[in-house]
Amino acid sequence: MSLELIPLAVLMGLVTYPSRSLPLLVSRVDRMPPLALAYLRLVGPAVLAALAAANTVVRVETLADGTRDVSFYVGPEWPAVALCLVLVAWRRNLLLGIVGAVAVVALARAVGLG
Amino acid sequence: MSAPDIHADLPTDLRSARRRLAVDGLGIVASAAGFGFVYGLSARTAGFSPIEASAMSVIVFGGAAQFAAVGYVMGGFSWAGVVLLTAFLNARHLLYSAALAPYLADQPRPVRAAMAHVLTDEAFALSITHFRRVGRADLWGYWFAGIVATFIPWNVATLAGVALGGAIPDPSVFGLDVVFPAAMGGLAIALVAGRREVIAAISGAILAVAISLAWDPAAGIVAGGLLGPAIGIAVVRDGGGR
Repeated sequence: MSLELIPLAVLMGLVTYPSRSLPLLVSRVDRMPPLALAYLRLVGPAVLAALAAANTVVRVETLADGTRDVSFYVGPEWPAVALCLVLVAWRRNLLLGIVGAVAVVALARAVGLG
Repeated sequence: MSAPDIHADLPTDLRSARRRLAVDGLGIVASAAGFGFVYGLSARTAGFSPIEASAMSVIVFGGAAQFAAVGYVMGGFSWAGVVLLTAFLNARHLLYSAALAPYLADQPRPVRAAMAHVLTDEAFALSITHFRRVGRADLWGYWFAGIVATFIPWNVATLAGVALGGAIPDPSVFGLDVVFPAAMGGLAIALVAGRREVIAAISGAILAVAISLAWDPAAGIVAGGLLGPAIGIAVVRDGGGR
């Protein structure tokens, strides 16, 4: 069984770990000004909304030659994610929102949409 | 006989927050397992052995970078290019780490160092929402989010994908690929406590899409996460709490 790519995995892990660990290991929270703490408090909603939006309306395809094709995408994921947001805001229940979103996409694909 | 309640000695708020985290985590388990399986399938198609595919999932533990690596290895790109792309794709973790740092500052450094390895989109989303609910860090909650809800399903599903291949249908047939954006959006909603969060979230989403299309999705997500909060603070000067 091939082990050739394990050093590549180690290198990829080595360049990933600092971004995960540096602020956790070196930041001095007790020295942060209130504005910085207010900013960090907003990172959660901003980055999660960014991930949700980018993963709903931007399609990335890796082509056979390894290059990536990025395009705007419209599909059943739009109403599905919107339904999830409404259900979470209304019922405060993420699981219910996710089940609703999956049902919309599964139904759409079953009838040949998306 | 009913099972013992492992949270019996906890304050009600923490106990109920942990139960909510566990329920929220079910969606993340489905997402991590679905994507992990598709990654395993892709890695198998690209010629990765089960050990190589699993090593990526254990050591790198970063979905986007792993998918990109599969494409790059298939395309015959240099390792240096793959490693550079990985650093770029995973730079957003700096934001997660910085946002969690105020909660985890009192934890011993070796514990924070271990926590860092399982810090992913999903672990961040679940744990920051949980910490905000309980008003402080909760190590049980972090390890649940990072290991139980993400690391274990991702790795088990990777192995299943690379070992079983086409014997199991593609999870996207059942709509499971929408779980990730739906969960991220839902958890963003759960973090909204006032107008500042709303403005930060909407700005982050718009910037992410615009920059993703104009340049690159990884850059878009980092830009949305960096600039969204700045816009929230600039637009709502008084804190904007309800």
